[in-house]
Amino acid sequence: MALTKADFAERLFDELGLNKREAKDMVDLFFEEIKGSLENGEQVKLSGFGKFELRDKNSRPGRNPKTGEEIPITARRVVTFRSGQKLKARVEAYAGTE
Amino acid sequence: MTKSELIEALAKHQPHLALKDVELAVKCIIEQMSQSLSSNERIEIRGFGSFSLREREARMGRNPKTGESVALPKKYVPHFKPGKELRDRVDMSREHCKITD
Repeated sequence: MALTKADFAERLFDELGLNKREAKDMVDLFFEEIKGSLENGEQVKLSGFGKFELRDKNSRPGRNPKTGEEIPITARRVVTFRSGQKLKARVEAYAGTE
Repeated sequence: MTKSELIEALAKHQPHLALKDVELAVKCIIEQMSQSLSSNERIEIRGFGSFSLREREARMGRNPKTGESVALPKKYVPHFKPGKELRDRVDMSREHCKITD
């Protein structure tokens, strides 16, 4: 089962004693704040976890993989995530526990 | 935006909470995300995106200093796929703001 916002709120309730309403609002605002920052062109760096980066991509020729038809891919701005050293190390360690 | 700027912004929106509690909450959320990923549990946040692990095959690498071959075992790396709302909001901002840190 995937972790969802409800699980984050649950933990804030259990561990920090925020009430249910406060916990839910905190989780909503946490992700909304990050989205808002990225939407303002501002990259977000959460030390120990990773960095949400923005990149402007030029338009380029593309293709519909099903039909082979050529369709241009328009210029766009995209979000990418680069995990930090600490998260990388923790995740890599998972390989050893299988 | 950094973690401490995020904490400040969240505190401003929730004046009824002590700054210290907002700080603990942010750390708690980030720690839970890290824990979840390090046990290969996906994270799905509607409108924001999903995090999961991607497998990297074992391969032969090289020590760049000595040129010696080293066997690199299979490993996992975190992967983020932005959700539709985040993708759209970010793309729409392209025309009216520059990218900053």
